Amino acid sequence: MSKRDNSISAMGEPAVGEAGKTGDWRSSRPVIDHQKCIPSLKKKSACFLCWLYCPEGVVKAGIPVRIDLEYCKGCGVCAEECPPKAITMVREDRQNG
Amino acid sequence: MGDVQIMTGNQAAATGALLSGVQVVAAYPITPQSQLSEIMSQYIESGKLRAEYVRVESEHSAMTVCISASTTGARVFTATSANGLLYMHEQLHWAAGSRLPIVMCCVNRGVGAPWTIFNDQQDSLAQRDTGWIQIYCRNNQEILDTVIQAYRIAENVYVPVMVCYDGFVLSHTMMPVEIPGPGAVKDFLPPYKPHTILSPENPKNLNPVLFPWRRENSEGVLCDGYMEMRYKLQAALDGSREVITSVSRDFSDTFGRDHGGMIWEYRTEDAEIILTGMGSIASEATVAADMLRNDGVRAGVVGVRVFRPFPKDEVRTAFKKAGAVAVFEKSISYGFEGGLCSELKAALYGTGTNIPVYNYIAGLGGRDVKAGEIAEAARSAHAGMKAGQAEKPTVWLNCHTG
Repeated sequence: MSKRDNSISAMGEPAVGEAGKTGDWRSSRPVIDHQKCIPSLKKKSACFLCWLYCPEGVVKAGIPVRIDLEYCKGCGVCAEECPPKAITMVREDRQNG
Repeated sequence: MGDVQIMTGNQAAATGALLSGVQVVAAYPITPQSQLSEIMSQYIESGKLRAEYVRVESEHSAMTVCISASTTGARVFTATSANGLLYMHEQLHWAAGSRLPIVMCCVNRGVGAPWTIFNDQQDSLAQRDTGWIQIYCRNNQEILDTVIQAYRIAENVYVPVMVCYDGFVLSHTMMPVEIPGPGAVKDFLPPYKPHTILSPENPKNLNPVLFPWRRENSEGVLCDGYMEMRYKLQAALDGSREVITSVSRDFSDTFGRDHGGMIWEYRTEDAEIILTGMGSIASEATVAADMLRNDGVRAGVVGVRVFRPFPKDEVRTAFKKAGAVAVFEKSISYGFEGGLCSELKAALYGTGTNIPVYNYIAGLGGRDVKAGEIAEAARSAHAGMKAGQAEKPTVWLNCHTG
């Protein structure tokens, strides 16, 4: 029983990027209009519903809010939930939607 | 002769699991398996077996518990029958795909609808492509011994093993069984060395989605895609033939009982017609073979002990000198023929042999299969062989319709 193949079942270490750059699945990307985004406007930690709802955890709740496009799958939940409609989903094959 | 006790097939299976020192048991009772899960819970409740019995609400959950426990490094055991096994089906794939050496007894029972609680082998045959090794036992001694062997096989090749035995015919029938000494079993069966141990100190992602292509992980190492993982499972099953045979040989050397590795043979040396089957029906066929020989027909029996991996080379050799093969089986692949018959014919393809392989479906839903009936069917197969009949339609033995 000395023969050992360490990858006879699919497994990996929990780490960013373990499943590859999942952002390349995306067909639309979220674009934030900081003229409307509440934290940007008020210059303080507020709202962050995009951060709360993002199923991938790729929204960074800062001032300004940032989205990690390497792993954002483009689901559009953030755009749907944004109270001032500051986030627009822009198709990847077009420059301005 | 060691400690011999009179016991049922279920008691023999439980004794095998006890001697194997299983650490976690999760089983949901179903006829005819119930006695086995009851005995396991009694062993644990009384302290006779130091293990955890996890009560679950279904067979699906029972296998899920086994998968989880095996992943943390425990030796696990479960058992089921019929619709319970079918309910587990999805988790069977999960266990094999995770390469976990779980051992499960399948106490063979017919599948509803309509309901039956009685024996046939439709339940386990329907699990053919789940990636489990399947071993069919023909008596209670073989059940006990095979459970112990199964752990050694499973933990060597990291493939789960289903130990199948016929409901009621074996599960509820008492026979003398020799109990091996616990020390000898311990020597025969080394502790389980898991390929992965899931623990809070060493968190892992298990079985994440794999893509059609291979991919790099976070450290840039190129990892297998789905297809590579499938190939590895197939290679493990293919490689397990050698392990099953050597474990059987080693068991025989240690305990003095040889149940055959992949197949077993009875009076085949000069047999012109070979009767074949799996489990108790093949045992019954040995009685039929004796009857046929008394009438001057040179009959022998090949018992297919391991159905997955399929004993291709072994049956090719065993059938080499035969004039015909009569396959008796307790299951049907609807819309074609008996599954074992198809596989045997496929195994012979390419060898240049063109012996007739006749198919008999028998004993579905517990209908008794008597040696005389098997002998009678074998006589008709023998007549077909003499008449040069290359094939015959599948015959349903002792079935009064159509």
